[in-house]
Amino acid sequence: MTGEHNLPFWRKYIFSIDHKVIGIQYAITGLLFLLFGFFLMMMMRWQLAYPGQPLPWIGHLFSEKAMLGGVMLPEFYNQLGAMHGTIMVFLGVVPLAVGGFGNYFVPLQIGAPDMAFPKLNMVSYWVYFIGGVIMIVSFFVPQGAAQSGWTSYAPLAVIAPTGQTLWLLGMVCLITSSLLGSINFITTIVQLRADGLSFFRLPFFVWAQFVTSFLLLLAFPPLEAAGVLQLMDRLAGTSFFMPSGLVVSGKVVEVSGGGNPVLWQHLFWFLAHPEVYVLILPAMGIVCEIIACNTRKPIYGYKGMVYSVIFIGFMSFIVWAHHMFLTGMGTKMSAFFQITTMIISIPSVVILTALVLSLWGGSIRFTVPMLFATAFLPMFGIGGLTGLPLGLTASDIHLHDTYYVIGHFHYVVAPGTLLALFAGIYHWFPKVTGRKMSDFLGKIHFWLSFLLMNGVFMPMFIQGLAGVSRRLWDPMQYAHAQPTQPLNVFISICAWLLGLAQIPFILNFFWSLIWGKKTDQNPWQATTLEWSAPSPPPHGNFEHVPVVYRGPYEYSIPGQRNDFWPQAMKEGN
Amino acid sequence: MSSLIRYISRPHPITGVTNAKLGTWCFLASEVMLFGALFSAYILLRTGASSWPRGSELLSVPLATFNTLVLITSSVTMVMAWASLMMKDLSKYKRYMGFTILLALTFLVVKGFEYGHKFEHHHFPSTSTFYAIYFTLTGLHGLHVLGGVIVNTYFLLPGSKLWETEPEQFTGRIECAGLYWHFVDLVWIFLFPVLYLL
Repeated sequence: MTGEHNLPFWRKYIFSIDHKVIGIQYAITGLLFLLFGFFLMMMMRWQLAYPGQPLPWIGHLFSEKAMLGGVMLPEFYNQLGAMHGTIMVFLGVVPLAVGGFGNYFVPLQIGAPDMAFPKLNMVSYWVYFIGGVIMIVSFFVPQGAAQSGWTSYAPLAVIAPTGQTLWLLGMVCLITSSLLGSINFITTIVQLRADGLSFFRLPFFVWAQFVTSFLLLLAFPPLEAAGVLQLMDRLAGTSFFMPSGLVVSGKVVEVSGGGNPVLWQHLFWFLAHPEVYVLILPAMGIVCEIIACNTRKPIYGYKGMVYSVIFIGFMSFIVWAHHMFLTGMGTKMSAFFQITTMIISIPSVVILTALVLSLWGGSIRFTVPMLFATAFLPMFGIGGLTGLPLGLTASDIHLHDTYYVIGHFHYVVAPGTLLALFAGIYHWFPKVTGRKMSDFLGKIHFWLSFLLMNGVFMPMFIQGLAGVSRRLWDPMQYAHAQPTQPLNVFISICAWLLGLAQIPFILNFFWSLIWGKKTDQNPWQATTLEWSAPSPPPHGNFEHVPVVYRGPYEYSIPGQRNDFWPQAMKEGN
Repeated sequence: MSSLIRYISRPHPITGVTNAKLGTWCFLASEVMLFGALFSAYILLRTGASSWPRGSELLSVPLATFNTLVLITSSVTMVMAWASLMMKDLSKYKRYMGFTILLALTFLVVKGFEYGHKFEHHHFPSTSTFYAIYFTLTGLHGLHVLGGVIVNTYFLLPGSKLWETEPEQFTGRIECAGLYWHFVDLVWIFLFPVLYLL
């Protein structure tokens, strides 16, 4: 431990093996990718609001292959769409939620000095970083980045230009990174909990990360397999996903044939459905921590929430084909996946209900993180409830591949997960830096983001119900889409304003880093173990090896002098 | 720093395993999902195909049988290497580990001859779905064998210095390498009948 302080700069901050530094690396890279992915989308929104008009100011900066005279070409629009999805999910939210928050706070919340495999932790960050670089580089190869959607459906993706190969290589890196990370999380949580910290004394955040790790561990390899098969199809000329007699541009493609495009969908969604829960579970964990701390009372139904999250983890492996009702896989299969989809909504409702009931009778402090956390509840509720019509075949036939789907899953991941992640940043900033973020700027950021996100996504339900397809380069081409065109203008303006609304956050982040109000180790008067460590925690995290005496949310216990009773405090207080 | 992390060389009193062993089992679980997905793809493609060749008519069963024996023997020598460490005999460990690596290389050389023979007759992954799945599955398995060779060679040469300072931890590492090696062996036990016999 003593040697750590004398490490050269590049060992301490770049190739560090300290979970806290790696967590910060993940979080910052993830935030930058979120911003980048958001920029891609803001450019797409111009084409959707004002189809065929040149993009002002920046349109002429692009090559003629992307924007002809400042007007976005369909191929480039498709690249932006595919890469927006890929970057937001795999390079933004997951690295921030799991890599960032998970790496930093799981060891702290379980009272461990570090992750179980510190070097592996460093490797998983750098493999992720390489994957990100490959994804960005893919924009600059001839004919540009991947353009077959973030789902890369075959056979379209197999016959797509070079960018798709780089997408696949990038994905292999990202999958490998998640895999190494998940092994590390599971081992750390099982082996390195502090003495006295039994499984049912774990903060819900740790439970959420634990289940998430199992999803990453077991759901990602099938996509790795699918990626290898698609790479073989593209590079070695195999026909895993290429059916016989496929005609492209009037010519029969010369392949051996006999492949099955639906096989790709099965392998892809076998990953990508659990992936949805990878996006949402850590967010639920963060929200639970913040609600318990800011209502000053124990979480309602903690054990029920834990059982629910385990059940979600299990069920998420057998719902994937509800993304594929329209592939003609047969009514029996559809019926099965319809039923499992309805079942999996129950534990999500249990968790959400428990969080809402936790507000009941609390002495709520509306701090900035609490504002974000409470906003998460109805936003995730809307995201979840609008998913039900998509999980039932009868209504899905109408809604499949429309803007309704976009509205639905963005409600889950943007006003849902992203608000929770912002909540986490405001909540734990004092722990990471020893300084508080500005409340004033935080509240501006919250209200603008909250309102504008609804402005962006709510109209999409209307467009979807009107039958407007997703992935349209020019919605004006279709008579049934034209009446909803004013909504596109509204959504785009909201999206650009939402971009501006992030400026207070960015300012707040850097301003508070230097001039923020200094805090002690437990500014929120919270109970979990990370608040028993100094802010910021030194190498090895704790001054004394912590021992745990009670559950995670002992707030307002009758007979105690203070309204919080830390897990590591031996006697009453 | 790392000395603060518990259960590196001694097992956790409740779970009964070291960190490395639990991590290895997790890794193997993910590998099961990887090969499981590929085997599922194989089943789906084969049941959907109008005709499917018999593996024994296109591939060399004798060579594959030989390779199966080679891999099984290497699993035995791997166990012997670990057992030698348990009996505190480093030179015996090195002998058995050397055998394991040699057998793995033998497997790869034989596999290389099989591939070369196929290429000579213009049988490529693009020839048919059967060859596509044959080359992909055996190729991926071959990479796993190669990975095992690299890890085992590390533990045979520079990695074995750990024996002098942390014998318990080193023995644990060899046990984990062994778990992985048996898994690679087991995958082949499935691949052999599926591709060559059925």
